Order: sequence, then structure tokens, then C-alpha cells
Amino acid sequence: MDVMPKWAEVVLVPLISLLLAGIISALVVLAIGEDPVAAAKLMVSGALGSTYGWGYTLYYATNFMFTGLAVAIAFHARLFNIGGEGQAMLGGLGVALACLYIPWPHWSLALVGAAVMAGLFGAIWAAIPAWLQAKRGSHIVITTIMFNFIAAALLNYTLVNMLRPKGSMDPATARFSEATNLPTLHDLLSPLGIAFSKAAPANISLLVAIAACFGLWLLIWRTRLGYEIRAYGYSESAAKYAGISPVKITMVAMIISGALAGLMAINNVMGEAERLVLNSTEGAGFIGIAVALMGRSHPLGVFIAAILFGFLYQGGAELALWTSIPRELIVVIQALVILFTGALDNMVRMPLEKLFLARRRARVAKEGAAN
Amino acid sequence: MDYLTLIQLLDSTLRLATPLLLACLAGLFSERAGIFDIGLEGKMLAAAFFSAAVASLTGNVWVGLLAGIGASLALSALHGVASITFRGNQLISGVAINFLAAGMTVLIAQSWFKQGGRTPSLMGGARFEGITLPGAEALADVPFIGPLYAELISGHSILVYMALAAVPLTWWLLYRTRFGLRLRAVGENPASVDTAGVSVVGLRYAAVAICGVLCGIAGAYLSTALQAGFVKDMSAGRGFIALAALIFAKWRPWYALWATLLFGLFGALETRPDVIESVIGMKVQSQFLGALPYIMTVVILAGFVGKAIPPRAGGEPYVKER
Repeated sequence: MDVMPKWAEVVLVPLISLLLAGIISALVVLAIGEDPVAAAKLMVSGALGSTYGWGYTLYYATNFMFTGLAVAIAFHARLFNIGGEGQAMLGGLGVALACLYIPWPHWSLALVGAAVMAGLFGAIWAAIPAWLQAKRGSHIVITTIMFNFIAAALLNYTLVNMLRPKGSMDPATARFSEATNLPTLHDLLSPLGIAFSKAAPANISLLVAIAACFGLWLLIWRTRLGYEIRAYGYSESAAKYAGISPVKITMVAMIISGALAGLMAINNVMGEAERLVLNSTEGAGFIGIAVALMGRSHPLGVFIAAILFGFLYQGGAELALWTSIPRELIVVIQALVILFTGALDNMVRMPLEKLFLARRRARVAKEGAAN
Repeated sequence: MDYLTLIQLLDSTLRLATPLLLACLAGLFSERAGIFDIGLEGKMLAAAFFSAAVASLTGNVWVGLLAGIGASLALSALHGVASITFRGNQLISGVAINFLAAGMTVLIAQSWFKQGGRTPSLMGGARFEGITLPGAEALADVPFIGPLYAELISGHSILVYMALAAVPLTWWLLYRTRFGLRLRAVGENPASVDTAGVSVVGLRYAAVAICGVLCGIAGAYLSTALQAGFVKDMSAGRGFIALAALIFAKWRPWYALWATLLFGLFGALETRPDVIESVIGMKVQSQFLGALPYIMTVVILAGFVGKAIPPRAGGEPYVKER
């Protein structure tokens, strides 16, 4: 029996966790001798006060939607995919290959082609640890961590030795051709008469990310496969008894997860940088963990959490620009969110459950007395 | 490759293996007691910062070492509260600790020293200097043994010798004491330990605390012995290599020594591509050498070369029956 009503589970627990993370972040800002209220105001105005700010916020949010969904779908199968970072790096490689070596006639075709390559590369990078988990029993958390490092080495190698244009010292590919450049929100919104900042990197990938959120919701709650994934996540033995193959679920969940993480590359590599550089992922794969935890692995939750983290990223960049608070403040906030919504979940949950249980007992006792 | 080059290579192997060894033994205590710890990296980083910061403020490296251990212990306590008391997910707690350390060290470094997230360079008593072992200078000219003793065995900081001594000590503690037996039991079958009337929670906290102390020394070594001061993200994935070494060593202390020395050798070779080329007659990409510990760990984990079986109760919070 659920002790807490659904709204408390879905809204109250994450909100309290977030509040705790916020309070401690404010104390940290206070401790390094800055004003938390002024900092928060600057973050809000910097990230949400202009279409330029929104453009960056939504750009970051697009990355985090993809990586957050990647972690979330794995969570549903009770798999912890820490390898989003490596899968996104490989996705970037796929995008770079697609954009550099195929003469695309139009950006829409290029987007489809690049997305397929990004998803494929990410999926392959997730499929190896998945296979090792399913067939050889290697712990997927450890193998995905190892695969992050291997991906970084692989990317470094291909950029330095193969993809780098002749004569260039920079470990990066050449710029992609004009035809593959994705339309930004400015290009998309100006025909509708909405003026949006031209400099901001948010692009059409945002719509792909939103579609991915919706698609994943359909998959998890409206298809047989989604049911099997959730059943496997709740109880492996029960799922086995119902004829669900653990190998199949582990493989499928991780392949979808890796493909989603890889898809991030259409935003950061194709949409923003328009070439592949080292460290193009900038830790977005890890932020996916925080986003999935905060969003309770629900696509809508992931969507909201991704926008929140996009806001934190853009706000943090503004802070670093205008005050002496370093950008690393966001890393601290991210850590606190993971800590409170993930590891210390029971610390918030246990007292709440007691509270609701006591209220229910009181109500039952009252009704008993009335009869 | 001549003899002196070999000695130099082994010398830097030992230097690079030391933090890995300490962190690996730290992870060994924690994981043998059933607490997964992917926060080794974060604890090392926090310790590296606080030991360098306090050493530079006080001018005394030993006070710095204590501060580093203290910082690492604080993060260990957080891990303990999250994963033992509140029975949270140990992996997620480890991830959070890594980010917390990565962010807080830069934030505090900037606030204290205003040098872009680093500490001032450490000098004199604020740093662990190499110790010349007795007779090293006298023996230095003896052929073969002389360079071996004077260059390779002598001349390291005290922390290197402490790390090497920690290996037999860990072995003795785990396999020859009552505490060690209980610690291993709590990682395999906590219910049996509980039935025997020994506190599961107490043992696990003890293991996590030992892990904190060792990670603290490892971090202090990075910033006060291997390098002279703290720079942002200076642990550079060493906590994860230590984790890989732990699996490679199959959670055993002596194997941990060999695994970390092997991974240390890879690190040393990465900076000497000329040596590899002269020995095996072909060029090896430095990226490949860097990734080799991770690739080898995956292969070991997959059970293609020997099987690494983790402690059975690892990662699962213990719920006392009521």
C-alpha cells in the first residue's frame, strides 16, 4: 500500500529535495562572501531576462533533455547508465562523419542523416556494456564508467590523427558545410513575427528533444515493450516468470538509452559548434543523471528538470561573467541535487511518510469514533 | 633501452602508482564491507585541495595532511549517512560526492587564494620532500645495485613508503584479525554478522572511515608530494583508475599492489614514447596507453581472463528484520 498520496510522491518530495539543495547552495554562496539574493537575481535576469538568455537556456536544456531521457529509460529497467557522456561523445563522432563526408543537399535531410548516425554510434557504445551485463554479468555501472574514458581516448585519437584538417594544430574537425547548418530559433520564429536573438545557439534540435520526450512517454507507458521494461525494473524474477527475457530488456533499454545520449550531438555538434571539438559534451552526460533523478524518470519530469538545469547553466555562466563566483557553483548545485533527490531520498521521504501515516491514522480513528 | 632508463621508468612508475595504490586500498576496505564507492575520485580531490591549502597557509605539510584526511573523512561520513543510515543508492551518492568535490574545491580555492582555482605553489616545509635512505649516497657508485637503491628505492617522499607499508598492513588487518573477518563477512552476508550480535552499521561506518583516511593520504600525496600545489581537477580520473585496479586485483590487497604498479607503469610509459618504440619496435599511440587500464578492466570484468567476483552484498543497504 502506498503510504503517501500520489501528488506528494510526484511533487512534494522533489520540491523539498530541491529546496534543501537550494538552501545549501545559498549558504555556500554566503560562505564565499557573496550575496545569494543578488546572485539569484542575476541568474534569473541573465538566463530568462532576454531572448538571448532564453536562447542559451533552451540550448543547454536540449542537451540535458537527451541525456536525461537516456538515464531515465535505463532507470526504468533498473540499469544505471553512467556512460551518457561517452555515448554522447561517440554520437558527436557519428554526426561529424555524416556532416563531413556526405554532400547533403538540404539541412532537413542532413538532420535526419546526422541523427541516425548520432543515435547509431551512441547505441553501439551502450550496447557493448549492455551485452557484457546481460551475458557476462559485468556490472554495468563500472563498464559504462570505463567506456567513458575509452570514448574520450578514442575521440582524442580520431581527432588528432584522422579528422584534423592538414596544417591545423587544433584537435578538431573542419567546419561542416553550409548546407548542414541547422536553423536556429531565430530563423524558426521570425516568419511567425516573433523576434528572437540571433546570437543564441538554441536550434531546431529543441523540437527533436521535445518529440523524444513525448516518444519516450509513449514507449514507456503505452507499448508492450515499455511495459516489459518497467516490469523488469520492478522485479527481475517476476518478469522472468512472465516470459520476459532479461537479456532482451537489458539490451533494448541500453540501446535506446545510448541512442538518446548520442542524439545530443545534433544539438551541440551540428547545431552549435558546427564542427567536432574535443570535450564537446562538457559534462552534459553526467548532468543527465541529475535531470533524470529530479524528473523521477518521467519524460515530463525530465523536460522540466532539463529546463531548470539549462537555466542554472546559463545563469551560472552569467554569474561567472559579472561576479567573482566561479562557474563551478553550478557543479556544486548539480551535486546537491543528485545528493538530495537521489542518494538522500529516504531522508526526505521517511519523515513525510510518517506524517501522512499519522494523518491517516487520525482520520481513521475519527471515523471509527463517529460510527 | 639502457639500465638507467629502466630505473628512471620504474621510479616514475612508483611515483604514479602511489596515489592509485592508496585509493585502491581505500576502495578495498569500503567494498569488502559491502559499500560501493565510486566517490574515491572526489575524496582524493577534496583532500588534495585541503592539504595543499592548509599546508600553504600554515607552512607545515603535516598539518596539511591532517586537513586533507579531515576533508576526505567528511565526504566519507556523507557517503555513510546516505548509503548506510538512509539506505540510499550508493552509486548515486558516489556520483554526487565526485561533483561536490569538483565544484567546492574550485569555489573555495577561488575564495581563499583568488588565483583562478589553484593554491599558491608550495615550498620548503609545506611540501613532502624525497627522503634519502641511509647509505644511498655511499652505494650510488656501486654497479647495478647502486642506481637501483639510490634512484629507485631511495629518494621518495614518506607517503610512498607509507603506501607500500599499507599493503601488508591491510592484508594483516583483513585476514588475521577479528575485525577483518567481520568486515569481510559484512560484505558477503550482513545478516549472519547481525545474528552473531555484531553491529552491521558500526562495521560499515568503520570501513567507510578507513576508506576516507586512505583517500585523504592519496589526495595529499597528489598536491603536496607529486606536485607542489593544487590545481583544478588535479585527480584527473585517478579515482576511477584505482577503482579499475580494485576490480583487476579482485578485491585483494597484494594483487592491488601489482595492479596499481602495472597501471602506474602505463602512466609512466605515456610520457616516454621513445622507450616503447625502442623496446617493441613500433609506435604505440599515447591515447591507447591512457585507455589501456580501462580496456583491461572491461576485459577482466567480462570474465574472458579470470573472473572478478565482487563481494556478494556489495551495493545493497542492510535492512534489519523486524
